[in-house]
Amino acid sequence: MALDIAPKRLPVPEQSAEERIKNFNDVVIGYSIEEAVAESARCLQCKNAPCIKGCPVSIDIPGFLKAIKEKDLEKSWDIISQYTNLPAVCGRVCPQEKQCEGVCTVGRIKGYEPVSIGKMERFIADWKAEHGSKVAPKVPEQTKGNVAVVGSGPSSLTVAGDLAKMGYKVTVYEALHAAGGVLMYGIPEFRLPKAIVRREIDNIKALGVKIETNVAVGRSVTIEELQSHFDAVYIATGAGTPHFMGVPGTSLNGVYSASEYLTRINLMHGYEFPKYDTPTKESEKVVVVGGGNVAMDAARSALRLGAKSVQVVYRRSLEELPARIEEYHHAVEEGVIFNWLTNPVEYVGSETGNIVGVKCIRMELGEPDASGRRRPQEIKGSEFTIEADTIIEAIGQGPNKVLLSAFQELKLNKKGYIDADPETGQADPEWVFAGGDIVTGAATVILAMGAGKKAAEAIDKYITEKKAAGK
Amino acid sequence: MYKIISKKLVVPKEFDVWVEAPRVARHVKPGQFVIIRTNPQGERVPLTVADYDREKGLIRMIFQTVGKTTAEFADMNVGDCLTDILGPLGTPSEIKNYGTVLMVGGGVGIAALFPIIRALKEAGNKVYTILGGRTKDLVIMKEECEKYSDELLITTDDGSAGKKGVVTDAMVELAERGVKIDQSWAIGPSIMMKFASLKAKELDIPMFVSLNPIMIDGTGMCGGCRVTIHDQIRFACVDGPEFDGWGVNWNEFMNRMRQYKDEEKMSLEKYKAEMGEE
Ligand SMILES: Cc1cc2nc3c(=O)[nH]c(=O)nc-3n(C[C@H](O)[C@H](O)[C@H](O)COP(=O)(O)OP(=O)(O)OC[C@H]3O[C@@H](n4cnc5c(N)ncnc54)[C@H](O)[C@@H]3O)c2cc1C
Ligand SMILES: Cc1cc2nc3c(=O)[nH]c(=O)nc-3n(C[C@H](O)[C@H](O)[C@H](O)COP(=O)(O)OP(=O)(O)OC[C@H]3O[C@@H](n4cnc5c(N)ncnc54)[C@H](O)[C@@H]3O)c2cc1C
Ligand code: SF4
Ligand code: SF4
Ligand code: FES
Repeated sequence: MALDIAPKRLPVPEQSAEERIKNFNDVVIGYSIEEAVAESARCLQCKNAPCIKGCPVSIDIPGFLKAIKEKDLEKSWDIISQYTNLPAVCGRVCPQEKQCEGVCTVGRIKGYEPVSIGKMERFIADWKAEHGSKVAPKVPEQTKGNVAVVGSGPSSLTVAGDLAKMGYKVTVYEALHAAGGVLMYGIPEFRLPKAIVRREIDNIKALGVKIETNVAVGRSVTIEELQSHFDAVYIATGAGTPHFMGVPGTSLNGVYSASEYLTRINLMHGYEFPKYDTPTKESEKVVVVGGGNVAMDAARSALRLGAKSVQVVYRRSLEELPARIEEYHHAVEEGVIFNWLTNPVEYVGSETGNIVGVKCIRMELGEPDASGRRRPQEIKGSEFTIEADTIIEAIGQGPNKVLLSAFQELKLNKKGYIDADPETGQADPEWVFAGGDIVTGAATVILAMGAGKKAAEAIDKYITEKKAAGK
Repeated sequence: MYKIISKKLVVPKEFDVWVEAPRVARHVKPGQFVIIRTNPQGERVPLTVADYDREKGLIRMIFQTVGKTTAEFADMNVGDCLTDILGPLGTPSEIKNYGTVLMVGGGVGIAALFPIIRALKEAGNKVYTILGGRTKDLVIMKEECEKYSDELLITTDDGSAGKKGVVTDAMVELAERGVKIDQSWAIGPSIMMKFASLKAKELDIPMFVSLNPIMIDGTGMCGGCRVTIHDQIRFACVDGPEFDGWGVNWNEFMNRMRQYKDEEKMSLEKYKAEMGEE
């Protein structure tokens, strides 16, 4: 097929690797208007638009791209904002290569790259914030009912924004001192600037949503209080409880979970110590265990904190790496060293209880396991030691427990997550809806948002019917 | 919000404050704590709720100044507001009628012990309390603890009040008098809790201790507060802070408390310089 469009996407300007490892600023600089207009012209405006189906919140992608091509950026924003309350976030952190861009028609043609959808979404959101018209949104009357939302991550923010638009009075409760969930405490500044998260949260507040921080539901507010004050409750408390491998030496000083490491840096601004009060340690030799986004974020953060060497140990190979490919490439460019098919067996400590090294073993891939991936097996006698003064484990997380332990009647599934209808988010008891990582286990921002979207509709239906029945 | 209603210096470097925190006051139980921040760039610091007034929506905290955050809290005045208070956090103490209980407190840990003493007394227990300190003036809340104890013993290192010696000496004394203890608690400096636990094990008395590792979120999300109890990793902020004292890996626990020593010192010095002190 001969097409009169450029086969390659327009490269997006980025900070150079040497420059960016010295700061925590956004790695990607983003398209200029001219570049965005040029890139949008690569969209074929497919009738069947597979990209829309690839997007968990079904953004009208050809629609917003066409508006960019026509240089009507305000209209492009209007289209996007019908579907998502967090476009600047999604445009930055969605695993686009597996979603909208993964099914883009252009990308399926040999020698062609898919349209740069994610980068265009972020372009519009950032443009709107800087240059767009600033008409305060109409705050709908809050007459349809009262909804409480537990947690303030992307799933909660989506449900809250959508319900507010429908005319509900929404109160979001967040345990930490800042709203945003993983967007604030987990994903680093250089991938997702916190000012942008705050900006998108302010947009949601402008719809009349009330956000109360320092409220741990189940402790500061009881489940009974929620039930008596609200018509329905949406729970999206996330999967943040870090797992540890449990190898000897796990409690040595200098061994962190990625959650702790990243929380110190992001939520507490440890990289600005002592201007901010929470310290981080200066490390020279850092070893990160794991291969997901969380591991990449920890490794790249360690470099920016001044570590001389950062090595990732991952028990499978590059092919199985769960991290976004863009993050992997960025990590390699920045100098992170990858040890494939390697697993730690022991953390070695000094007499004073500080970590000095990690004993690892080489692995080989055997038969596929339940997840379909080939299972890594230890190669006997292949142990070796990597010197390290900091170890960061990023091997996965479990459900957050504060709420679950206070809510015994809530039905959970076998893995300990909330048992909720995948279509509506409705849980048992029926006045409870749930979504995001606390239902699926650690997943993605956009899936958490998708769950929030569906739940908002289901909650609206539930409350409307309940009120009609006079209950 | 979180306004300081009263503030008192109890002994050098220890302050007794009442602060507005209605949600905490409404729900807090003995053994639970809050996390506070003193400024918008501040560290999250855990403090035990030493008392509460549910009607007025107030909580009481008794704290010792050790580093930057507690120094800054100490410099705040009645009418000032804390930036954040989150709570109540942690699993409450197991309050029931055990029969006879022994309550061992030291230093600022006495503040955390007090509401547990009161609740156990109200639950019908016979209560023996041992309070220890280096010297007379450092043993706080004597009258309050005495009010809810059947017998109060005091030990000081220098003999300026009660018996000269340490709290474990008083534990032995009670045992020698034939007092049979069904359950005990020890809250105070790590080193005191360690030796009290060892002694309790020797005397075959079950003992809870309240561990105070370095915390960040306080909601089970970072794992920084992990402690090893009977060879298992537990998170003090959600699984604790109270644990079976017999099972604590004390060396590991005390070592982890030293993790940020240099950074903490730097932070305190910077604060003092800014405040024009020393
Ligand atoms: C380091 C890291 C990097 C990631 N990178 C990516 C990425 O690049 N792309 C991507 O798509 N996804 C990424 N993810 C995953 C993504 O962030 C999550 O899937 C998503 O944030 C889940 O959203 P959520 O709304 O379910 O909950 P969370 O974002 O987990 O938010 C839950 C919130 O609930 C609060 N809470 C918990 N219990 C209570 C309670 N009892 N009362 C009140 N509040 C409570 C928590 O404090 C938290 O703020 C990453 C995750 C991490 C940790
Ligand atoms: C559950 C719990 C309840 C507590 N209750 C009380 C209380 O009622 N009254 C009271 O005075 N103190 C209490 N503490 C200890 C108190 O949190 C620390 O003294 C405080 O965090 C020190 O902060 P800082 O900035 O002033 O000192 P920093 O400069 O941060 O630290 C100085 C020293 O204090 C220790 N420390 C640091 N952070 C902590 C921490 N999070 N927890 C314990 N020790 C720490 C370290 O050994 C450190 O070297 C409690 C701690 C926990 C975990
Ligand atoms: S939200 Fe994510 S999946 Fe949907 S269009 Fe944007 S980048 Fe693609
Ligand atoms: S699939 Fe690709 S080319 Fe087709 S409409 Fe979507 S973005 Fe445009
Ligand atoms: S303080 Fe973070 S898990 Fe306990």
